[in-house]
Amino acid sequence: MDSESHTYELKNEFIKLYQQNADFLNSNSGPLMNEFRPKAFDDFVKLGIPTTKNEAYKYTHIEEYLKGNYEVEFSVDPFRINLKEIFKCDIPDLDTYVVLMLNGSYYYDNQMPSLPDGIIVCGLNEASVRYPEIFRMHYGKYADTATDGLIALNTLFAYDGVFIYIPDKMTIEKPLQIINISYSFRNLRITRRNLIVAGSGSSCNIVFCDHTLCAHNYTTNSLTEIFAAQDANIEVTRIQNENSLSSHISHTFFHQEERSSVTSNTISLHGGLIRNNFFARLNGTGCESNHYGLFMGDDNQHIANFTYINHAMPNCTSNQLFKGILDENATGAFNGKIYVSKDAQKTLAYQKNSNLLLSPAARMNSKPHLEIYADDVKCSHGATIGSIDAEAMFYLRSRGITEKEARQLLMYAFAYEIINKINIEVLRDRIIDLVDRRLRGELSRCNNCHIHCQ
Amino acid sequence: MLVIKDLHIAIDGKEIIKGINLEVNAGEIHAIMGPNGSGKSTLASALAGREIFEITKGTVTFKGENLLEMSPEDRARKGLFLGFQYPVEIPGVSMVNFMKTAINEQRKFKGLEPLSASDFLKLMREKQELVGLHAKLTNRSVNEGFSGGEKKRNEIFQMAMLSPDLAILDETDSGLDIDALKVVANGVNKLRTKNNATIVITHYQRLLDYIVPDYVHVLYKGKIVKSSGKELALVLEEKGYDWIKDETE
Ligand SMILES: Nc1ncnc2c1ncn2[C@@H]1O[C@H](COP(=O)(O)OP(=O)(O)OP(=O)(O)O)[C@@H](O)[C@H]1O
Ligand SMILES: [Mg+2]
Repeated sequence: MDSESHTYELKNEFIKLYQQNADFLNSNSGPLMNEFRPKAFDDFVKLGIPTTKNEAYKYTHIEEYLKGNYEVEFSVDPFRINLKEIFKCDIPDLDTYVVLMLNGSYYYDNQMPSLPDGIIVCGLNEASVRYPEIFRMHYGKYADTATDGLIALNTLFAYDGVFIYIPDKMTIEKPLQIINISYSFRNLRITRRNLIVAGSGSSCNIVFCDHTLCAHNYTTNSLTEIFAAQDANIEVTRIQNENSLSSHISHTFFHQEERSSVTSNTISLHGGLIRNNFFARLNGTGCESNHYGLFMGDDNQHIANFTYINHAMPNCTSNQLFKGILDENATGAFNGKIYVSKDAQKTLAYQKNSNLLLSPAARMNSKPHLEIYADDVKCSHGATIGSIDAEAMFYLRSRGITEKEARQLLMYAFAYEIINKINIEVLRDRIIDLVDRRLRGELSRCNNCHIHCQ
Repeated sequence: MLVIKDLHIAIDGKEIIKGINLEVNAGEIHAIMGPNGSGKSTLASALAGREIFEITKGTVTFKGENLLEMSPEDRARKGLFLGFQYPVEIPGVSMVNFMKTAINEQRKFKGLEPLSASDFLKLMREKQELVGLHAKLTNRSVNEGFSGGEKKRNEIFQMAMLSPDLAILDETDSGLDIDALKVVANGVNKLRTKNNATIVITHYQRLLDYIVPDYVHVLYKGKIVKSSGKELALVLEEKGYDWIKDETE
């Protein structure tokens, strides 16, 4: 069977799955979420699962990762496990507001003590009912189901996720740490849908941690819409550490109004497939939009980052820097686009992708893409693919440092440029440690799991 | 300490060092001089273990062991040090981390415990002072954005940190102003004992006013064509290399 018919089968499987569960989904979610399903259904039927013929997915065989036998759970907390007992955060010094998410759903027993007044953190499903004004204004407004079958699929099956609202002028000092946990007794498909709304002049720091706590197959399709009102300042750090059997497709949409500033930093430590799609629409003048990523792959992992930075308004700056270290048979892809509309004069837009290949079999595809319709702009892009610098290696070894340790120092030095962009010091230190252990091949996938998977 | 016999070195099949014999004993200082391109750096790098240089013939023993069989790190851990003519910039590797790793790897090799954080910092400070390396430089990445002179000082600093038995200093004096030259030479002299030895590669007699060699060798077209006492450097300073070229050709 060729891959076309595979995708076709897979598409029908999803359509059937939806038809079987539509009643349940619609009766257990708020009407403001359900409103989006009919169009998402039509769009999915039209678009299906993207194939490598789709320019954006050219290097990622999505269908290979999505097919297979999976269960789907729609109800929250099918078993009321005590997550807090089995999961302990590995960042003990990190003083954060912790929000646990289980298999895509907001964990029933999250306690959010003493959040500053007016700040809302709750399940998405709950928010669709309790905060309809905010919800209606933003939900589904940035992620267009007509653009990508996987976005349509997420919207179709959207059930829960995290909802965060920061009122105008409010600053949360402590980071909000959203821990996404996959935990089950069988293979699972997970859909997660998040919405983050930051009011004008507000400021927040959000950390997402993706974990699998069991050695089952998980395919996750997660989508986060983030609205930054004027002068808002949002920093999003994401740590991806899932098992080799897991496939994770994430979509993050940033919608930025005047003078807002967004920094996203994605550290891909481990996973079978990791595909991150970043979209930013600079919808007001004077915005700053930074997108950084560090990914490390070995074995047969595939890690792909896709960006689309849309400079719709003048005087905005965007920076993209993605760095990858690939070993063994790992493959990676960077597919980045800067779009500058004809009104977006004085745009500064930079994009860079650097990669370190450690083995002859590791492969990286890097495809920058500029589409510029304004004339007074400064844009640049560049990609490098190289191996460890032999001169630097010799310099280190000539001081008595072993080849292994010298490699470690140089890999770490390569990675550090990204880690250094993280502003929370304890988080940065923790990530330094995780990356160091990852590069030594010592990172245990289940280091914070207190249950034993057979 | 170091015995080189009939050493031939090639790169990409091209022979650069064409039969060198040299013996360096503990307590001695040797100077190697010679025109550009004569093979001084090639010899130095090959002794330190740079793989791109192929040893096509000859033997080298270091403290009685076959040097040529050792990895670069083992040569260093057995007490060999190369001060690079062109020190490499390594963005992202901090000087502190670099030195800590180097010191502790060498200690591990000798069966010693890693240095405690405070002992390490003490050592760093002491050696910084010795060679006049500004403390702010040790907070930066290895050689990154260092001036030419700062890079050379940093080489001497590393030498002081690692206290090798045999140091080969490849044009550590070039790019240094007079004051820096004195500081660096002073550093070398202070580190000198009857148990260690130094090979200085230089183009200038000036350095040899401060680091007084026991022997001066002239390397020309891959061969040592003249060896003599320190007075040879003065002759070279005055007459250049032409008379030697005439003599050998
Ligand atoms: N990596 C290399 N690849 C090819 N040729 C090389 C390489 N390194 C050195 N050579 C050649 O070997 C010869 C000797 O070079 P080397 O650097 O050893 O000279 P040197 O005596 O140190 O010169 P200088 O006084 O200018 O430092 C030169 O002809 C040089 O071009
Ligand atoms: Mg040289």
